[in-house]
Amino acid sequence: MKCGIVVFPGSNCDHDVYHVLSHVLEQEATFLWHQGTSLEGCELVVLPGGFSYGDYLRAGSMAAHSPIMAAVRRHAEAGGRVLGICNGFQMLLETGLLPGAMRRNRDLRFLSVDVHLRVERDDLAWCSNYRRGDVLRMPVAHAEGNYVDTEGALDELERRGQVVFRYVDAAGRREPAANLNGSERAIAGICNAGGNVLGLMPHPERCAEEMLGNRDGLGLLAGAVAVGGRVGALAAAGG
Amino acid sequence: MTTPDSAAGEPVVDSALAADHGLTGEEFGGLCELLGRSPTWTELGIASALYSEHCSYKSSKIHLRRFPTRSRRVVHGPGENAGVVDIGHGWVAAFKMESHNHPSFIEPYQGAATGVGGILRDVFTMGARPIACLDSLRFGEIDGERGARMRHLVDGVVRGIGDYGNCVGIPTVGGETGFHPSYNGNILVNAFALGVCREDGIFTATASGAGNPILYAGSRTGRDGIHGATMASEAFDAESEAKRPTVQVGDPFTEKVLLEASLEAMRSGVVLGVQDMGAAGLTSSCFEMAARGGAGAELDLDLVPLREASLTPYEIMLSESQERMVFVTRRGQEEAVTRILSRWGLEASKIGRVTDSGRARLTFRGRTVADMPVEPLVDGAPVYDRPAAPPADLRERQRVVDCDTPEDPLRALRDLLGTPELGDKTWIHRQYDSTVRSNTIVGPGSDAAVLRLKGTPSALALTSDVNPSYCWLEPRMGGRQAVAEAVRNLATVGAEPVGMTNCLNFGSPENPGIAWQLRECIEGMAEACRAFDVPVISGNVSLYNETEGEAVHPTPTVAIVGVIDRLEDVGAEGDLHLVLGCGFWRPGDRVVLLGSDAGEYGGSAYQRLLHGVEAGRPPAVDLEAEAALCALLRQSRRAGWLSGCHDLADGGLLLALAECAMVRGIGLRAAVDCGPLALFSEGQARAIVTVPVGRTEDLLAAAEAGGVAAREVGDVGGDRLVLDFDGGAVDGAVDELRRVWREALPRAVG
Repeated sequence: MKCGIVVFPGSNCDHDVYHVLSHVLEQEATFLWHQGTSLEGCELVVLPGGFSYGDYLRAGSMAAHSPIMAAVRRHAEAGGRVLGICNGFQMLLETGLLPGAMRRNRDLRFLSVDVHLRVERDDLAWCSNYRRGDVLRMPVAHAEGNYVDTEGALDELERRGQVVFRYVDAAGRREPAANLNGSERAIAGICNAGGNVLGLMPHPERCAEEMLGNRDGLGLLAGAVAVGGRVGALAAAGG
Repeated sequence: MTTPDSAAGEPVVDSALAADHGLTGEEFGGLCELLGRSPTWTELGIASALYSEHCSYKSSKIHLRRFPTRSRRVVHGPGENAGVVDIGHGWVAAFKMESHNHPSFIEPYQGAATGVGGILRDVFTMGARPIACLDSLRFGEIDGERGARMRHLVDGVVRGIGDYGNCVGIPTVGGETGFHPSYNGNILVNAFALGVCREDGIFTATASGAGNPILYAGSRTGRDGIHGATMASEAFDAESEAKRPTVQVGDPFTEKVLLEASLEAMRSGVVLGVQDMGAAGLTSSCFEMAARGGAGAELDLDLVPLREASLTPYEIMLSESQERMVFVTRRGQEEAVTRILSRWGLEASKIGRVTDSGRARLTFRGRTVADMPVEPLVDGAPVYDRPAAPPADLRERQRVVDCDTPEDPLRALRDLLGTPELGDKTWIHRQYDSTVRSNTIVGPGSDAAVLRLKGTPSALALTSDVNPSYCWLEPRMGGRQAVAEAVRNLATVGAEPVGMTNCLNFGSPENPGIAWQLRECIEGMAEACRAFDVPVISGNVSLYNETEGEAVHPTPTVAIVGVIDRLEDVGAEGDLHLVLGCGFWRPGDRVVLLGSDAGEYGGSAYQRLLHGVEAGRPPAVDLEAEAALCALLRQSRRAGWLSGCHDLADGGLLLALAECAMVRGIGLRAAVDCGPLALFSEGQARAIVTVPVGRTEDLLAAAEAGGVAAREVGDVGGDRLVLDFDGGAVDGAVDELRRVWREALPRAVG
């Protein structure tokens, strides 16, 4: 699948996503410049992590107004796949492609640590390599990952099954101590109503290779590009 | 040659004004002689910056010559923005360490942040893409009411480092953090960065080719940081707070785009030389580039992009505004660079050209404000052989004090684990992104960080080390120990050391006792470098770390980079991050203690932290024994025998075993044939390794062949740390120890 990784000034996980898509999953991957207006035929668009525009004003807010985002919006509205990781998730919230907003982490400090996530949906292409209830370990690295919305909107999000990943402990239980950034309902990742737009704070691209000691994130990126042949291999590896 | 004019309103330069700029009478006389006249106000500012300790190394140069700087791997040794070594497979690594001590004490957040920014620029200026940072930090006492300011400094420094490195997207993968009262009045912030590039991609900071344009790129010039280099060359006193405006302000976002734009420009083929504007700003970048190329330069200061129009030439030349670079390009091709910069949203301006006059001529609003010879100012800066003599109280320091045998070693262990010095540093590490760029196999908190090198079968290992108490008690031995420990840390992961950088943090060299410490530490480091065949390829000297006559402990921070040729070899026993990181992970593994111990307590953590004494001789460093141990560890790693390894350092054997147990809450049962005090001895050249049962014979045979003492002491497993010793036993729940260890630092910083 042709994959486009959007490069904003300040993106710093663009190369990591490219590496996994191109070298690990052997997909055709290309960088898309933020001032471009075309997605160059990419079927999967990734908004990578980093500090686009230095996170000035609010994380992701300036990037949401980049020229390329109009094309990303059209792609999403037409049912195309859009994946926002960390700063990319923040951009999806700022553009309104996903609901809600981010606050500073609960303890007001940057948080760089491995967390556990519970998979809440397995009927989406993104999660086709996981089963509902699976517990994944992934690194997070952010200062603003404390997800928030109104109570009514959160209820609606839950009712529609848009919560895809939640912060849990290693045993898969929702515990306040496992929700380190303080997100409402321990939300780590959500999708839009159509399921084609996914945003999450943890970094699957940093845990997609055995050499780095953790492949839990590979299943998500493999699902994103729907590499069918790899599903079995991943499941066998405990992915 | 033109005779520059002084403008109305500029002070008249005389020896008193020169003294205010930190120039001695002799230095000022030499400057007048060099120019054949009195300097202008702008020229005085330029000369004072170039003659500052920070830029000229005038008090340390004579000692730095002791370091070995060559090996078959060295591509660029000291003198460039960063040293460069060959790491194999067509790749080279550029790295350096630099201090930002003075600014961080005055304004911790910006001081530390700009320290990271400066060292990253030093690396990418060489054409290398930064892939890792380390930070070596020393703070004073943080407990109680007296520690309030220090807690503020810890918080600010950690946030500053994190916010800068995280935003630029360079992982901070290790370092060290120590606490000691000698840093109450001067903290140390030493930032290290490492970058990699293909061997043909290295650039140097050289201005050459008369007529070639000089481009200014990045942030505009403001008044921040004026005289930063001079401030960093003075001791603190009651007035130092007033120097806050000399601390620079960082903008990591601009740094990130400057990094990307600079690397792209360097790949474009039209750039000839690059230099960042660090200490002493435009002055040092312009003069040093010209000096390296044996050239001159003409700058029109009206073309320098300014934040406010009212800056004077003096201020323009001395500003230390951050995130600025100078490029020299081929004539007529500056547009290509300007286009790349502007695509990244950066300003670029042609501010002058290279000449063959050997002089720097600066003009501003139609008049010449400076016209000075380049080479004599840069390379001919004064060199001092300062009087050096052992401090008067050295004998008193080295008087051997008998250590009490611990009545309850478990309790002593728990007390040590509960100190900020030896407690878990996760509170700091989790504020730093350590996994971005997806190369981190072993991150912070282990003996050495390990990063894979994408596209090759190999990996890089990094560590930074120094024990200031050892250096204070016996500087030469302390210097040796810092290098030996770093080499040993690399050996624990099977890495061969390929190059060293350092940051020499001392008090005033005008004090003969301090000058002696500096000379002795360097001598000890140089001895060890020669013994291990580790070249020094870059470094930094920070002197005048003292407040009202109280100097910091001598702190020659060492960072060494090593190469693991084939990762595949070392990972035979399990996942690389388990095998190479610190901590027991597989019950049933045998624990083997390597090396022998004669009982070393001088400057030990046991003596300092539990008995409040800092006296005697530090542990003896037997360089041959260290080399034998390191060779054995590397051999065992290559053979894939080890499932884990941890060196014995501060706190000794019991602490090292506890650290291995606490990481994953897996205990051990072991027995040693020494008394309880020896559990805390800091005898050097020792390590504990874990091996699968079937591999112990291979290891023991190799140890015997290599002349390294080796004893099987026990087995990994259970949830208790059980250690029998002569006349007793330690038996503690790992969870309980871990709780104390984890809570130590968060509790101390409040």
